[in-house]
Amino acid sequence: MPTLDMSQVELREVNQTLQGAAGTQTAEPYDIINPRGSHAVACGLNGPLTVTVKGSTGYYCAGMNKDATVHVEGSAGPGVAENMMSGTVVIDGDASQYAGATGHGGLLVIKGNASSRCGISMKGIDIVVHGNIGHMSAFMAQKGNLVVLGDAGEALGDSLYEARLFVRGSVKSLGADCIEKEMRPEHLEILADLLEKAGADAKPEEFKRYGSARKLYNFNIDHADEY
Amino acid sequence: MDKTPQTDPRQSWTFSKETNSEIRRAAATGIYDIRGGGAKRRVPHFDDLLFLGASISRYPLEGYREKCGTDVVLGTRFAKKPIELKIPITIAGMSFGSLSANAKEALGRGATMAGTSTTTGDGGMTEEERGHSEKLVYQYLPSRYGMNPDDLRRADAIEVVVGQGAKPGGGGMLLGQKITERVAGMRDLPVGIDQRSACRHPDWTGPDDLEIKILELREITNWEKPIYIKVGGARPYYDTALAVKAGADVIVLDGMQGGTAATQDVFIEHVGQPTLACIRPAVQALQDLGLHREVQLVVSGGIRTGADVAKALALGADAVSIGTAALVALGDNDPKWETEYNKLGTTAGAYDDWHEGRDPAGITTQDPELMARLDPEAAGRRLRNYLNVMTLEAQTLARACGKSHVHNLEPEDLCALTMEAAAMAQVPLAGTNWWPGKPGF
Repeated sequence: MPTLDMSQVELREVNQTLQGAAGTQTAEPYDIINPRGSHAVACGLNGPLTVTVKGSTGYYCAGMNKDATVHVEGSAGPGVAENMMSGTVVIDGDASQYAGATGHGGLLVIKGNASSRCGISMKGIDIVVHGNIGHMSAFMAQKGNLVVLGDAGEALGDSLYEARLFVRGSVKSLGADCIEKEMRPEHLEILADLLEKAGADAKPEEFKRYGSARKLYNFNIDHADEY
Repeated sequence: MDKTPQTDPRQSWTFSKETNSEIRRAAATGIYDIRGGGAKRRVPHFDDLLFLGASISRYPLEGYREKCGTDVVLGTRFAKKPIELKIPITIAGMSFGSLSANAKEALGRGATMAGTSTTTGDGGMTEEERGHSEKLVYQYLPSRYGMNPDDLRRADAIEVVVGQGAKPGGGGMLLGQKITERVAGMRDLPVGIDQRSACRHPDWTGPDDLEIKILELREITNWEKPIYIKVGGARPYYDTALAVKAGADVIVLDGMQGGTAATQDVFIEHVGQPTLACIRPAVQALQDLGLHREVQLVVSGGIRTGADVAKALALGADAVSIGTAALVALGDNDPKWETEYNKLGTTAGAYDDWHEGRDPAGITTQDPELMARLDPEAAGRRLRNYLNVMTLEAQTLARACGKSHVHNLEPEDLCALTMEAAAMAQVPLAGTNWWPGKPGF
């Protein structure tokens, strides 16, 4: 298995190598060692490639990922898998702010906790957090599913659009226009599928579903106090 | 019997006709006024500057015979593939959604014929504009609507939008009436709802984060694309310095006359600085860092003529960008639609309800019938003509000042008609060798 040692190889060469390999469609898996919190590791991958990062990363690891599978055997800094289009990103440890921000597709799994603004402006990505998430998570979230096995911080789903939020633990508070909604069979099915894909040991029935009340979709002066 | 003489009825300056009508409108609706365009109030502008021209101490160049260059290269600092333009006038970012597909196509056609670039806007890149723009700048905005790494890679440059002159500190707004299925699909939102674009980016805050964000964008695009940072005219000295620190190749500086698709009137008229006031502080920041001309400065906000272009360049800009003027060249606010403007309660030249999607000229709309009124080929030719005229005008003024390239224009070629303009542009008040704040006085 090819290995890129970031104590020896510059970021540019690492990403160029990975982006080139992803483009071939047939590359063997890569290991990255000694990431030492580097930023923008394995970003912009544009094809099926498996990358394992043995250690923790800085900002924007696996940013804008397409089709690739990136596994971080450590924690990830802010903006992990930001604007991901497809593929899978797994973080064994914790994730900092803005995990999965604006993601359009694919699956992001965080086995530890995620900090504030997890899933901010998400546009179709699925995010499964085994632990807790911080405040203002799923702010202006548009599409996709955010699954939290632990607790959620303040103002969950503020100004939410059509994303689905599933939380097993407590929610400190809901943001503007975010309400608890009925868990219907189709939601249990979605949840079961995501829990299985994320290797999460939980039952769909243990979760509550939150979504948009859709009262703020068109500006109405009578709702001004909500903002 | 003689009638007692009376003074004519006197209107209040404080409570003018416009002010009172706004009070009545607010009282009737309970909501602030939203409109498109930039600041309509009179602010010190390029009209308040004059070129001195040549004289005994300055040789002019022959108008039609001696060469006066207009080319500009943007992105020479770090990008492997800087953008080379024939003229120093670019087309500013305007979204598909706020503009019709035909309008975007027309902008691409006109700009390409004139040898310059266009810019996407909120909502992503359309095939119409990529297909018809030889050089296309891809805006990277807080909403990330339609943001796609494939489009990032097929752009010619990337513009990270921090703010815009019409509303520094404000986000975007595209009201439900313009959200067709195509627009909604590109933005991953339901049809017919108001689409608000965030006022700050979701995954970075401050210049240190921005530096890392730019690193990521460069890594994804193989360090090929010039990275622009667009800021509104708020704190031009510090914003320019921080953008340079964050790694920008190009600074786009947009003054308060710069237009927007839809924002609160109070925001447009009361936040930000006039374009004229922004240029010298930004140039000073670049000079203090030893990077003037290495990091290029593009100025926008109220550019209308070749004189405006030449004056902006003389104050230190490398290029200018036009938005509202480009729309007018396409046909926006054309008096030929006066009857229809009247039906909308307005008149040609004053129409600014671009967010309502009922533009008679077919430019700021998604209505298929209205859109069809704009022929993208004919409108593109009009834009090309207009860009060519502005370029010829700028060359005329540069030659008159003895310059063989428009970039050789300098503040020393200018004087100001007002104290305010003199202070902002830091050029002498006409007939003097002084401006407010000049050292030594």
